[in-house]
Amino acid sequence: MATEPALEQTLQGPAAWEQEAEREHVHGVGPWRLGLRRLRRNKVAIAFGVLFILLVLACVAAPLWADRVAKTTATENHLSDTITVDGKKVNVVALDGVPIGPQWFKADGKFFLGADPNGRDIMVRLLYGGRNSLMIGIAAALLTTILSIVFGVVAGYFRGWSDTIIRAGLDVIWSFPVVILGVALGVALALGGLKIGPIEISGDSLLVPILIIGVVYVPYMARPIRGQVLSLREKEFVEASRAQGAGPLRIMFTEVVPNLTSTLLVFFTLLIANAILLEAALSFLGAGVRPPNPSWGTMIDEGIDRIATAPHLTIVPGLMLVLTVLSLNVFGDGVRDALDPRAKVRLER
Amino acid sequence: MARFILRRLVQMLFVMFAVSVLVFLIFNVMPNSDPAVRMAGRQASESTIEAIRKEWGFNDSLPQQYITTMEKVLTGDLKSQFTQLSVGEEILKGIPRTFSLAVGAALLWMFVAVCFGLYSAVKAGRFADRFLTIIALIGISMPVFWIGALMNHYLGFKLGWFPNGGYVEFTENPFDWFYHLILPWTALAILFIGFYSRVLRSNVLDTINEDYVRTARAKGLSERQILLRHVLRNSMIPIVTLWGLDFGAVLGGAAILTETVFDLQGVGQYAADSISQLDVPPVLAVTLFSAFFIVALNAVVDILYAFLDPRIRFQ
Repeated sequence: MATEPALEQTLQGPAAWEQEAEREHVHGVGPWRLGLRRLRRNKVAIAFGVLFILLVLACVAAPLWADRVAKTTATENHLSDTITVDGKKVNVVALDGVPIGPQWFKADGKFFLGADPNGRDIMVRLLYGGRNSLMIGIAAALLTTILSIVFGVVAGYFRGWSDTIIRAGLDVIWSFPVVILGVALGVALALGGLKIGPIEISGDSLLVPILIIGVVYVPYMARPIRGQVLSLREKEFVEASRAQGAGPLRIMFTEVVPNLTSTLLVFFTLLIANAILLEAALSFLGAGVRPPNPSWGTMIDEGIDRIATAPHLTIVPGLMLVLTVLSLNVFGDGVRDALDPRAKVRLER
Repeated sequence: MARFILRRLVQMLFVMFAVSVLVFLIFNVMPNSDPAVRMAGRQASESTIEAIRKEWGFNDSLPQQYITTMEKVLTGDLKSQFTQLSVGEEILKGIPRTFSLAVGAALLWMFVAVCFGLYSAVKAGRFADRFLTIIALIGISMPVFWIGALMNHYLGFKLGWFPNGGYVEFTENPFDWFYHLILPWTALAILFIGFYSRVLRSNVLDTINEDYVRTARAKGLSERQILLRHVLRNSMIPIVTLWGLDFGAVLGGAAILTETVFDLQGVGQYAADSISQLDVPPVLAVTLFSAFFIVALNAVVDILYAFLDPRIRFQ
């Protein structure tokens, strides 16, 4: 148009765009920033993320509650002790073997959530058990993630015979139901633990459930990763890197893996949730955490035996576990929607 | 087609072989203590251990050991270390129970999940959708044995609406059979409903934007016909695959937790009951049994698919 103001035409091409960008403060927005912005709008996911952090902090602070409030430990029995509730003396475990229920703050925080049949403080056990459950969940998820990255990236990048072998191996593990394979490994490792060269793990160590859970979930994560790597390796930036003389290792770590980050992040969150559930299931069956160690799974297991007389023994650790797993699932869902709404990152058969 | 079936069956046999090798490695070769000690379970005497060493041939070469082990499993020669009962017979006893649990639960979770998922997708983003999403997430976040135990205690024991665990043969009394299985079916279905309804919801949302759906709408079909005939049918394909696999897994004893908490005495519970004694043979047999089942069902699903969708035959 001829009537266009002359001012707009003083600069042309890239220089004009640059000037315009500066004037209007248009900055490039990376995918991470976009994702964060979308995540922040998802109030439910944020709330559950905060809830998870609070639950973790509570479990980390377990010794504080044990020393300052409950004044006992996770394994100390109070079978024949009495506590003062509203000025009256009450047996921690009644003469017929029924433990007291939740006392809240009636006994200055002692037996806040009641006692178990051995007179142990449920609240203290819940927090210490949470430490074990969370630690197993996070460590197992970490193990799964590392193994899956190695197998998925190697299989997807090199293709050929390494792909065939890895895929066959994953298919074999995948053929077992998760719980059954966990039980099989649990039984095989229970008596002697594991000895590979200099590494020795005793049968009742917490490392055993971590190892078991870490291994059984590998196919569920390694297979989708392999699929992503297959398409990533054909991308131009990988070709460019190869043209610059980068070797396979360098390409894998500087080009391929960074592009998997959002998938890994979502998977990691969902894996922790599933690992905590599997720990509980294995402990319930007697193939997970060994009894003197508390964990939410062993607590539920002990509770179910007494459910008729003291249902709080089952309800309390179960609710804690559901809250933790739910918060991870909701948060993980939110992260996935924020980073890539169309991604179908799931743990599925 | 015949070539496809043959190829798929050969592949199945290979996977079964690999599965059996893995099971063998887990139980017989796991590098820790003496495998005979492990096989003997807790508090075994020196002579038992020696007898087991001879019986299982733990002094032989590994391939020979593998053959011995598989012979014992496949000929039904395997005996529980603790009760001395035949493992094969115990598993056979458990199969009708596990089958009853699997069939009812699978129908229930499929039906409810389709209703939830479809409704959720139709109301996407609205309150009903969010509500169902939260319900589904709670469902997949609950340990099945925990909710099962609570249902058993409150609905069964306290209120007396349902029997407190146990199993009645179908041939004995079909009504009691059904009555005893309502709680286990529900408990087992909850997890799968949560999972399947979410998968179905996202599938429906993907399908709804397809061209043929727009065509159907342009033809003037009612919204109900579009949803049921055009959208749902195509969104069901991935779900049906999943369903086949999960059904197979439950049949193979993957519902070990549900069976145990409701005392159904199925295949899974047989393994679960052997854990506390560290009785290896039953666990070994059930592990192998469930993996074989899944591999076989996987092959069947693939072959059925090839019938339905000819493209698959040439992949």
